[in-house]
This record gives sequence, C-alpha cells and structure tokens, in this order.
Amino acid sequence: MDLRSAGLTASVAEQAALDDLLGAPANGWRGNGALGSRRHLLLPALHAVHDAVGWISREAVDEIARRLEVAPADVFGVASFYGLFSLEPRPPRVVHVCTDLACRMAGSLDLRAGAPALDGGGPATLVESPCLGLCERAPAMLVAQYGERPGEAVAAPATAANVAAALDEGIGGLGPEPPVAAAVPQAGDPNLVLLRRIGVVDPASLNDYRDRGGYEALRRAVRLGPAGVIREVTDSGLVGRGGAAFPTGRKWAAVAGQPVRPHELVCNADESEPGTFKDRVLMEGDPYAVLEAMTIAGYAVGAERGYLYLRGEYPRALRALQSAIDAARERGFLGPDVMGQGFAFDVEIRRGAGAYICGEETAIFNSIEGYRGEPRNKPPFPVEVGLFGRPTLVNNVETLVNVLPILERGAAAFAAVGAGRSTGPKLFCVSGAVARPGVYEVPFGATLGQLLDLAGGVPGGRRLRAVLLGGAAGAFVGPDRLDVPLTFEGAAAAGVTLGSGVVMVLDDTVDLTGFLLRIAAFFRDESCGQCVPCRVGTVRQEEALQRLATGRPLGGVEEELARLADIGQVMGDASICGLGQTAANAVASAVEALGAFRSER
Amino acid sequence: MKGTSVRIGPPPRAVELSLDGETLRVPEGATILDACRAAGVDVPTLCWGDTLTPKNACRVCMVEVEGARVLAPACSRKVEAGMVVRTDSERARHARRLVLELLGSSVDLSAAPRVAEWNAEYGADPSRFGSEAATVAQEPLVDNGLYVRDYARCILCYKCVDACGDQWQNTFAIAVAGRGFDSRISTEWSVPLPESACVYCGNCVEVCPTGALAFTEEYRLREAGQWAPERQTRTDTICPYCGVGCTLTLHVQDNRIVRVTSPHDQFVGRGNLCIKGRFGYSHVQGDGDG
Repeated sequence: MDLRSAGLTASVAEQAALDDLLGAPANGWRGNGALGSRRHLLLPALHAVHDAVGWISREAVDEIARRLEVAPADVFGVASFYGLFSLEPRPPRVVHVCTDLACRMAGSLDLRAGAPALDGGGPATLVESPCLGLCERAPAMLVAQYGERPGEAVAAPATAANVAAALDEGIGGLGPEPPVAAAVPQAGDPNLVLLRRIGVVDPASLNDYRDRGGYEALRRAVRLGPAGVIREVTDSGLVGRGGAAFPTGRKWAAVAGQPVRPHELVCNADESEPGTFKDRVLMEGDPYAVLEAMTIAGYAVGAERGYLYLRGEYPRALRALQSAIDAARERGFLGPDVMGQGFAFDVEIRRGAGAYICGEETAIFNSIEGYRGEPRNKPPFPVEVGLFGRPTLVNNVETLVNVLPILERGAAAFAAVGAGRSTGPKLFCVSGAVARPGVYEVPFGATLGQLLDLAGGVPGGRRLRAVLLGGAAGAFVGPDRLDVPLTFEGAAAAGVTLGSGVVMVLDDTVDLTGFLLRIAAFFRDESCGQCVPCRVGTVRQEEALQRLATGRPLGGVEEELARLADIGQVMGDASICGLGQTAANAVASAVEALGAFRSER
Repeated sequence: MKGTSVRIGPPPRAVELSLDGETLRVPEGATILDACRAAGVDVPTLCWGDTLTPKNACRVCMVEVEGARVLAPACSRKVEAGMVVRTDSERARHARRLVLELLGSSVDLSAAPRVAEWNAEYGADPSRFGSEAATVAQEPLVDNGLYVRDYARCILCYKCVDACGDQWQNTFAIAVAGRGFDSRISTEWSVPLPESACVYCGNCVEVCPTGALAFTEEYRLREAGQWAPERQTRTDTICPYCGVGCTLTLHVQDNRIVRVTSPHDQFVGRGNLCIKGRFGYSHVQGDGDG
C-alpha cells in the first residue's frame, strides 16, 4: 500500500528501540521491509519507543507508520487511546498514585495532595491513576522509569516518604516488594486448590514447579487427547471467572469444532476492574501454572500459540511470566514439540497500556491486532470470528488455572466442590475496611458474611456500611444482606453479581458520595467512546451525581434520580459491550440498597 | 444496486421472522433493518450508510429481540429464522429517546435531516440535562478551500473514517483519536488537511449524516442563514474529466452549484467521486480560479 507519510525521521534512540523490536531496516528507505502491513506489532512498537524516551513524538509516529505500513493517522489514533502513553514530552520518571476506590478509602487523596510540588521541568512527574490492582495493600503507587534503562516497580502501602523518594530517586528509592504470599492470608493452608502453590513454590524455578505437581495436568491432558480434555472441562461444570460466567467446556468445544484453521488462544490477564487483584497474585506467585493451563487449552482447542494480554501496570507479573516463558521454552514445555508429545504451542505476552476496556473479550482482539481497543459487535462471537478473524478461545487467568485441578483430580472431584451450578473453588479479592485484606479461596456457596469473618471483619470498632460486590461494574450490598450465598445463582437471586470476585468493604467512615463520584469518573474515563449510550451516558451520569453531591439537583432530587435511572437504562439496554451495560449498576444499587441521596442511612 | 453484480447460483433462502406481530419472509443474510424497510417500518438511523458496512455506533436503531438480554442494533443484526422483533416496544422507544437526548444535548444536530422529526416522535428533550451539560462545541476547521470540518456537529459515527479508509478511498487521512467523550475524528496530531494524506475526494462529505463535513459553499450559506434545500434543483450529468464516466448530481441554488454528489446506486462509483468530479466545478460558475 502506498501510504502518505510526512517523511519525518525519528531520533536515534527512537530508531534504536524500533530496531530492537523489528530488526534494522533492510535499506536506507526505512520502510516496512516486509510483505504487507505489520499492524499487529503496533502496540509493542509504541511501547518500545515510549520505554526508550518516555513519550511518543510525531517523528516516532511517522517512523512507526512507515515501518509497519500503517497510516500515521491510525498510529496516532491508537497511541492516543491508551492512558499510559504520553503524546507530549514528559519527565522520564512518572509516579502513578492510585486514587481509585480502595486506595481512596486508605487515604490516597491525602497522599496525592501532600506530594511535593513539581514544576514540570525536573526529572519526575506525578499523575493520578485508576486502580493499580494492589488493593490489599492500599494506597498504591507505580513508578515508571523511561530511558536507557527502563523499568517499573510498585510500592504499597505507599507513604508520603515513599512518594517523595520515588520522585527523587525513581525505582531505586523504593524498598523491596513484600512476598507474593503476603496477599494471601490463607497461604500454606493444605486445603487450598488454586492458591496452593502461592508462597510455597519458587515462582522463578521450573524445577520447583515440577516438584510440586507442575505439568501433571498437561501429562493427563495428553493421555486424554483434545476431545477427552474438553469432556473433562465440560463435566466439571467450570464457568468463566472473568465476570460473565459462561460454561468453559462449551466454549472450548465450540472453538475446537470450527473448521477454519488455525485457531487462536488469548489469556485475558488485563485484570483492571477496580478492586480486582486475584490474577496478579496467580501470575506473580505461580506463573508456570498459568502457562501450563494455557498449553492445555491450546492443545484442546487446536491453537498453536497463545497471547497472554497482561495489563500494563503489573511489573512483577510481567517479570515472573517472561522468565517462566523463557525457561519453559528452553526445557521444551513450550515450542514446536511440547514435552516431546508431537504438538506445538507457544506463548507471547502482550502488554496493555492503560485501558480498562481492553479486558473486554473482543476489545482485547482489536488491541492485539494494533487497532484501538474498541469492542466489537456480537454476533459473530469470538469462538467463530475472533483474533485476526479466526476462531478464538479467550479465557480469564483464573478460569484457565481452574483447569489444572480438573485434570489432576478429575471432573467429578471438582464438581463435588461448590453449590448448584457454581462448581469448584472461587477466588475473592477482599479489600477496604477489613482486618486481613487479600485474595481468599473459598468453595462456591460460602456466604458473604462467612467470607468477611474469614477476613477478620471490620476493624477498629467501626461499623459495616456496605459491601461493593463485583467491582465498579458490580453492586452494593447492605449490612442486612450478609447472608447472600456467594454463588452465581445466589448473587443473581439477590440482584447482584459476583463479577470478577471483588468484595470491597466500606465502613461507616466512608464518604459514599465521593465513592460513587469516583465510580462515575472511572467509567467516564474508561469508556472507549465508540457508542453513544456509553460515551455520552457516562458523562451525563457523572454530571447528575455532581449536582446531587453539591446539593443542586436539577428539578429536585427525585427528578435527578429519575434522570439517572433513564441514563442507566439506556446504557444497560443499548451499549455495545459490558462496560456501558454495567456502568450504572453501582450507582443504581447505591440508591436502591443504601438509600443514597434520599435518606442516607 | 443497479448492475453492480450478477448473482450466480441459487437465490438466497428465505427466513421467516415476526416483526411487530406481522410474519415476514426476508432473504437469508438480511438485517433487521432490511426487514423493517421491506415491511415499511420506519426505524431511525444515523451511523448506517447504504454504501458502508454497518458500524452500529450511534445506537438509535435499537430494537427488541425476544429472548435477548439487551436490545439489538437493527442496522447490523442479521435476521435469524423464528426471530421475534419489536421495533416499537417501550424499551426500544426508550433507548431511541435517550440516544436522541444524549446526542442532542452534546452535539449540534440542527443540520441533521429528520432529527427534529424523531425528537417529536419519541418525545426526546435534549435540554433536560441542563445548560451546563458537556458538549463537543468547538470552532469549525477551515483549512482548505474545498470543505469545512465543523466537529461541533460530529456524532462520531465513523462513516467518514470508513469512507476515507479501507471501505472506499484507501487514503487513511483520518482516524478516531482520543478516548471516551474526548474521542474525535482527527488527522495525525490534528495537522491541517493540506499537511495530511487527504486527497479531497469528498467521499467523507458524501456520507456525513449531520453536516459536520460540508462543502465550503454550503457552510458559507448556512452561516449566512441562506442555505435553502427547498430552493435547490438537482441535475444529473456525466463528469467531463476522465473516461470513467461517473454520474454527477449538481445541487444548484440560485443558479450556483452548492454541492456535488453521485447516485449511490450508480455502478461506477456507488456515490464516490474524486477531487475533480466532486470539487472541480468553479469554472462553471465563472469564479475565475477553476
């Protein structure tokens, strides 16, 4: 294709970063050098340049456009979609202070306000961030260092001293992270299934993983054959843990049965729902389990490669997974002939760049393909037309990891755990006002109250105000409803959702209005902008909440609440994807279950 | 489409559906919108275009499909056998009213045909979000002599991007940039069109449903309050420039060409033209710069 480019030349550092990723240009033309567009490398190319110089210049966009054969306007459109990319010069050290739900309750606004003033000319800058997925040790902070030695690290709980040190010294100013097991209060409990190796296995050692039962499930999978694996998964009753609770076996069978080849596999590790951090813990603490589960899925559905789409804010998970992939490849657990069993499978990590919407199961395809992370209309569903237009299996990290115990212990043993159609163990991310926040594994069927007891209840003599179940896209449960059984059916019967397993506890000191405003701002920020109900509806929802919060409702409180309900209904009925469809849930439930804005209980 | 293709093989099978209580048979592969039009049911559309793949971004055409959790966009959802569709249910009407209100409260829709009529039909009141509601109001971009980009009227329907890109022109001068309410149609770094890849085919202007993209002449007349479609005549002729022979429809007001289109069912270009056919008419007007 003959695409027009302004002919701008990127800097030496930008070119070197692109050379590292794409190889040096074959000649002085500095064009693509490949047959056809390499658009699928757009997000990695943007990351490469951004890591190297800390922002994306017009020259770099032009250079990337030529090398990948993508129009400059398209490169700009994609680069401007992601929150972690700066399109203007910025200091090479960026401190992201999380001001989202759990961190807000832990004082992150004070942390932000108390940070040293910056004039913009120095080596560091501070930005507010949506949820960083470190809610069990809120408030959280992510430090990104760009330039010759780029890197990222987190600090949580972050103190004013941490913020000052990060601004002064960057990553070097942060202390070591606590061990992964610190996020798992039950760590070491012999009854754990999904979390059994967290804090026990050395995440950097393939040998240790194998010594602790690793790759037994894959061996059994090979003995069963692809159809046998799918039968086991179906019989186990496993349903997706990302939020939609679709039967996993049915999805696998649908992909495996598609005549079009090859099939694609995507592991959705873009865990970005505020309050969710379970996948982070699995990936940091037991990375080989994620790879083994992906390998089994690829074997079963006939995919020879899997993309692991990891949110951009998880540096420790990225390091753990990359090192695990390298070791697994070297030892033949990934590659052209996995374990000498005659099938090929490999894994490529794709780093997200700060976009909640990319965790949506079709937006993730567009992001990987180098398009803006906008959801696609369904049907067609991913099992028929997914990544690169091919039949695609997309599963969340937790869903995939459940496949290991299914194969190790058998479908019947797995299905015996849980209640009703909600089989197996479930991870919950407990944060906020509890004594022992963290990831908890309980069999489906435990009640919300039992889970809160496990986490030590509300500390410090304070009173429970509400629980946000399912995250920003979820709903509030009042203290009178702690008997809600934590199953998909039980939650649905109570008019709530388990979502991604968020259990965020609010005590009576929480500013509920401020909390709701933050949820509204989150959706306004994270809406991709594609469809009208969500693009404009999230803005109107926030405006109405602002008016209610400041005591100047338009036409009175009841009229304003009716307006909010109207906005919520059109977003739920007419938005393209789950983001818009759930963007009003929490606000609506706060009005209904907690009496927000009417008679604050 | 007149003469665009010759179908070889058996005719498509018919699929039966229920539309607002009436049983209807449509060819397999038809959309709900196709079925509605065949049945004479008027469903509003904004982002749908007869020469483009449905983007279903505006969501004004939502209908209720029995058994579905959410509403379906009529423009892109294909009819399935036994489908029960209601275009006029309370939920569908509610969605259309709210979409019209959300759009009308944030975008200048005064040049979008039929929107006022739909507002009345669905009882939409865009002013209900208050005078401080955020809008996309901005100054028009006048950076070339041929057409104006007045993005205060843009509903972000993606039609111009698709027409500029792989669905027609393959020029890729514009894309959607930014995210959420800040999304906008933009060249790279918002450079003026003369610095972009734009080839001034005007095919984006052709598909724009709200007047956000307009011939300079049309824009001037609108600004002066003199734009008067009811006084305009349309005359079909053949483009004089090359041998392709595109049909041109000259829109003439007060003896001056104010817009050039091409019939969408014309098999040569299906409504698409190049810079010469679209804008090369100033010599006719005696402007002296043609």
